[in-house]
Amino acid sequence: MTHETIFAGFGGQGILFAGKVIAYAGMLEGKNVSHLPSYGPEMRGGTANCSVIVSDEDVASPIITEPANLVVMNGPSLDKFENAVIPGGKIFIDSALINRKCERDDADVFEIPATQMANDMGLPKLANMIMVGKLIKETQMFTWEQLKGAVTKLVPAAKAAMLDSNIKALEAGYNY
Amino acid sequence: MGNKVLMKGNEALAEAAIRAGCRHFFGYPITPQTEVSAYMAKKMPKIGGTFLQAESEVSAINMVYGAGGAGVRVMTSSSSPGISLKQEGISYIAGADVPCVIVNIVRGGPGLGGIQPAQSDYFQATKGGGHGDYHLVVLAPSSIQEMVDLTADAFDIGDKYRCPVMIMGDGMLGQMMEPVEFKDTDVSDLPEKEWATSGTGMKRKKNIINSLFIEASELEDLVLERQQRYDEIIKNEVRYEAIDTEGADIILVAYGTTARIAKTAMAKAKELGYKVGIIRPITLWPFPFEAFEKALSSGTKKTFLSVEMSMGQMVEDVRLAVNGRADVEFFGRTGGIVPTPKEILAKIVEIGGAK
Repeated sequence: MTHETIFAGFGGQGILFAGKVIAYAGMLEGKNVSHLPSYGPEMRGGTANCSVIVSDEDVASPIITEPANLVVMNGPSLDKFENAVIPGGKIFIDSALINRKCERDDADVFEIPATQMANDMGLPKLANMIMVGKLIKETQMFTWEQLKGAVTKLVPAAKAAMLDSNIKALEAGYNY
Repeated sequence: MGNKVLMKGNEALAEAAIRAGCRHFFGYPITPQTEVSAYMAKKMPKIGGTFLQAESEVSAINMVYGAGGAGVRVMTSSSSPGISLKQEGISYIAGADVPCVIVNIVRGGPGLGGIQPAQSDYFQATKGGGHGDYHLVVLAPSSIQEMVDLTADAFDIGDKYRCPVMIMGDGMLGQMMEPVEFKDTDVSDLPEKEWATSGTGMKRKKNIINSLFIEASELEDLVLERQQRYDEIIKNEVRYEAIDTEGADIILVAYGTTARIAKTAMAKAKELGYKVGIIRPITLWPFPFEAFEKALSSGTKKTFLSVEMSMGQMVEDVRLAVNGRADVEFFGRTGGIVPTPKEILAKIVEIGGAK
C-alpha cells in the first residue's frame, strides 16, 4: 500500500509541519517514507507545498505528480493541484479560506472550515492539524492512536505545552 | 524500526560527517545546501570542533587545504556557483595529496543559475574542474540513508588514497526528509597520518605540504605516483547498482535522485511489457564501466538510455563504456526542472516502439 499526499498552502500555515507529522507517523509504523518540500523564494509569504509518501515498498521517486490525496489551505494551491489528483482521489479543502468549490466530480471532496474552527477553539495556528486529522480519518492511513503517538513524540519536550493543543486540533479534524 | 530518525538530507549529511570524525568545517552559505553549514554551526562548538563561516568559498577551500594538511578530517560544502569558486583550491589540494571531503548539492546553472535541483555539474566533478592531471573520487547518493553511509566512506577513501573526495547530491536530496539510521563507527583509532604537518615534536624531520614543483622530472614522478593511486581507486572503489540488466532491451542509466525517478518509470514500463533494466552509478568517478560490460555480455541487442538533470553529460561516459556496441540515447531536463516518470516512460516507449 502506498499513500501519496500533497499538502499545499501559504508560508506560515504549517504546511511542511503537517507533512512531517504524516512522514514521522509512517516511520514509526515501520513504513518507507519521504517528505519533499518545495523550497525557494516562493516560500516567503507565497505558496508552500510538500509531497509526502508513506509506503510498504521502497519509495522510488519522491516527487508526486498525480497525488491520491490533496490537502489545500489556500486558493492558489487548489488552482495549482486540483487537476493533478487521480480519479477517485481525495481532496481536502480549508473552506474557511477557499471561497470556490472544487470542480472535480470524479474525486471525493471534503470541505473543512479548518481556519475558522481553529480560531473558534483559540488555536489559531493549528488549522493545519485539523486538516491532518480529517485526512487520517478519511484515508485510514493510520489509526487515531498511531497518529496521536507520532505527534506526542514529534513535539519537542521544550514545547510540551503545545502538545495538548496539537492533539485537540487533530481530534477536531478527525471527528469533523 | 531500529534507531531511525526523520532528517533533512543536508542535516543528515552534516551529522554523518561529525560521526565520521570530522571536527573541522569551513563553509559559506548558499541555497540549497545552507543547512549543512547551519547544522555544523550549531553542533561543532558543543563537541570541541571548529565551524568557521569564511568570507568566501575561496577562503573556505583554502582553510580546508590547511586543516587537511595538518591531518584532521575536514569538510566543506557548497552548491554549484560556490563549487566553481573552490576549483583552484581543489586542484591545489589534489596536487598536494591532501585528503578532504567536498560536498556539492547541485543547483541549476551555468552562472548563478537557479536554486532548484540539477546534475549539470557532472563534467566539472568528474573531468577536472580545476587544472592539472587529477581526479576527485565522486560519490553520488540517491537516498538520504545512502548519503549518510557514503559520507563515512568518503572520509575513509580520502585518507586511504590521500585525495579529495566529492559527495555530489542535488537540491532535492539536500532538502527532502527521509528516515535514516546512523551506524556506530569507531573513529577514535584512525591510522596516523605520517605525512601531516602536525608538528614534529622535535622527534622527526619536518613534513612539507606543497603543490609547486618547478623541476619537470620531479613533477612528472609525482603525477605518475598519484596515477598509481588512482589506478588502485579504479580497482577497489567502483560502486554501482544494476537491476534486471541481463534480459533487458532497454537499460536506463541514471544516478542520484534521477535514478529514483527512472526506477518509477522502469516499473511502469514493465507493466506495459517492456524489458527494462537500470544501471545506477554510485561512483561517478571512477565510472562503473564493468556494469556495462556485464550488461553487454548477455549478447542480446540493447539500447542504453541516459537520464539526467542536464543537457547530457554522463551520456558521454555511457558512450565510452558502450564503445559502439549498442545504441545510446539521452533524455534530460535542465535549469532546475526535474524529469517526471511519465516523460521518461514516453522516451522508453519511443525507443521500444508502441506495444
